[in-house]
Amino acid sequence: MKNIFALICGAIFGMGLYKSGMTDTTKVQGWLDIFGDWDPTLAFVLGGAIIPMTITWQLTKKIKKPVLANLFPKKPEQKISKSLIIGSIMFGGGWGLSGLCPGPAIASLSFGGWQGLLFFFTMALGMIMTPNIENWFSKK
Amino acid sequence: MNPEWMDGLIGGLIIGIAASAFLLINGRILGASGILGGLVDLSGRSNAVERLSFLIGLICGPIILTQYLGLHLTGLTSNPYILISSALLVGIGTRLANGCTSGHGVCGLSRFSLRGIFATIFYLLSGILTIIVFKNLVGIL
Repeated sequence: MKNIFALICGAIFGMGLYKSGMTDTTKVQGWLDIFGDWDPTLAFVLGGAIIPMTITWQLTKKIKKPVLANLFPKKPEQKISKSLIIGSIMFGGGWGLSGLCPGPAIASLSFGGWQGLLFFFTMALGMIMTPNIENWFSKK
Repeated sequence: MNPEWMDGLIGGLIIGIAASAFLLINGRILGASGILGGLVDLSGRSNAVERLSFLIGLICGPIILTQYLGLHLTGLTSNPYILISSALLVGIGTRLANGCTSGHGVCGLSRFSLRGIFATIFYLLSGILTIIVFKNLVGIL
């Protein structure tokens, strides 16, 4: 059952990404181009997504547990770590260069051409490499 | 045709509904980098099928929608150097930071998570700076 709902949620998420324009890299780069030809669309996307989610988080305080699981995910320790900051700066740089973040990179696989496939597999490679990179840094 | 901001708002609401359903039903945070990352680095072995199901849905959802809305291409660059460096930065960065636009941005901000707020500020600033340098100054984007 969980897997079926995961499939459905993934499909709805993908449709939202496509409808909103998040899979269009020119719109994403336009949103980041605040001193050039700024495109405010993504503010509406983020705002639109946060509205239902804010209500849902409040709702999780009232109901005891998710329908198919035992508990809601706990808020992780609110530590602003070096890896959070460095990782976010790296991610933002990559996001600006191509206009793709992980969700839209996956959602556009069926129509993104060889460029999208190259991006996806290189991104996955980076994800596989990350634990080793973290180990290497922690040994220094 | 809706104006673009309306498409953005509708699409955003759909994204929020997907994230809400995933939380209320499966009890999980909808974060694209976390779901994929845990699958490929094997740290999320225990629920690999759930992760894979989500990703298959994520690929197939837009295929259904393109039948009705027409196909809008990604406009992604064909420069392999930009593609590879960008994808490595996104892959490594989101795993180091433990989240991306969906996990930290949508799910984190809406729960007033300090980590989500810091991550979002830093990746937005970094993205804006990247556009200033590589598009407006160097001119390669």
